[in-house]
Amino acid sequence: MTDLALFGFGPAGWGAALLRATLVTLGVAVSAFAIGAVLGAVVAATKLSGSRALRAAGDAYTTVLRGVPDLLVIYLVYFGGSAIVTRLGQAMGAEGFLGLPSFLAGALACGLVSGAYQAEVFRGAALAVPRGQVEAARALGMDGGLRFRRILAPQIVAIALPGLGNVWQLALKESALVSVTGLVELLRQSQIGAGSTHQPFAFYVAAGALYLVLTTGSTLLFGRAEWRMSRSLRRL
Amino acid sequence: MDFGFMAQTTVALLSGLPLTLELFVTSVLAGGVLAALLAWMRAGRVPGLSALAAAYVFVFRGTPLLVQLFLIYYGLSQFPEVRHSVAWPVLRDPFWCAVLALALNTGAYTSEIFRGALAAVPTGQVEAARACGMPRLTLLRRVVLPIALRQALPSYATEIILMTKATALASIVTLKETMFVAAKLNSETYRAIEVFLCAGAIYLVLNIAIARAVALLEWRLSPHLRRAPDALPGLDTPLELGTA
Repeated sequence: MTDLALFGFGPAGWGAALLRATLVTLGVAVSAFAIGAVLGAVVAATKLSGSRALRAAGDAYTTVLRGVPDLLVIYLVYFGGSAIVTRLGQAMGAEGFLGLPSFLAGALACGLVSGAYQAEVFRGAALAVPRGQVEAARALGMDGGLRFRRILAPQIVAIALPGLGNVWQLALKESALVSVTGLVELLRQSQIGAGSTHQPFAFYVAAGALYLVLTTGSTLLFGRAEWRMSRSLRRL
Repeated sequence: MDFGFMAQTTVALLSGLPLTLELFVTSVLAGGVLAALLAWMRAGRVPGLSALAAAYVFVFRGTPLLVQLFLIYYGLSQFPEVRHSVAWPVLRDPFWCAVLALALNTGAYTSEIFRGALAAVPTGQVEAARACGMPRLTLLRRVVLPIALRQALPSYATEIILMTKATALASIVTLKETMFVAAKLNSETYRAIEVFLCAGAIYLVLNIAIARAVALLEWRLSPHLRRAPDALPGLDTPLELGTA
């Protein structure tokens, strides 16, 4: 079979399977990034808070999650999570091993890591908002919630956007590691194809090309978003 | 938590640490040489080379390391030409495949760090050295490289910490480093949480040590940016000409 027919969309082609797997990769990365955004915002808030205990907890979170291999976090969430689910299942009368769904475990693990990186990005962005803006809002009598929603949040997001773009790229590439839990995302699908056709080179090149499309596409999207968000800073 | 078991696990995991360190040091050194070469190519004295280096960096930064590792370890062996070539003893060995993948990958990232650091060397410094009649190599050795090195250090620390974490991927191609031992212990004992927490602690200590070492080096290399010690107040006085 020629390489082109190998990646075609016919019954013998792997094109459709690879594209489906690319969507799974995108799904894991988007879920992980969303989980990371929530965690990152909360952790950034603790790192900027007045309480020493909260600050220490936030620092510990970002140091640990950025200091251990991503693969380890994935194993810990997948196997550790499954151990907990199995124990809970036994308590409720279920028998045998219960596994955590690999999509959920993967998104959660990558989300935990992404949260640590996003916390640092948000913290830096929050510190970069000029103090005068907050003081002006306070002088106008805005309460804390309104100040955050109208003054702080829009500027934090605009300043954080380039950093968030980098963290998104990390999440996208890290999602490849979730293949170790058996989730059929892009890399796992390529392994399956490589195994059954004995053409690993062709399949891993195809996987690499699809990842490159995803990373390049998101670079362009983030570039556009940055351009839109910085409207207020541009001269007319 | 069972502390006896965790102590035992940590000792068992430490048996994988030498291989982790070996992978780390070899690939960081090889990646550094590659990065210097790529940064030189990007500087663009020779036509064509700059675009080639840019394409290399684009591809290696745009794809996951695990895909690169699989491409080298599983992909290349597909071709009989490779299996019968002189490179086969190297490409058959998972250690060298892992080092190759890690070095090619970090080379791409590090070259961008070097490029940024070189671009950030103040033009005035170079002009001043030229005005003194410094030959090009001396200029590079005495002025450009020391300034660039100091500016590159913080991002370089981040990159090599990413590398210690990336060595864990070598466990997937059967190398018996720390992560491999952890995965094996997990499948033998079914005590995932304890085993992976111990492994995490080992990586964390390693990375904190690296971060500290680089921070110390950065401090040593930037005495001129620090405030003069208060113990020597006499050194400050000649500068205050107006009040003297």
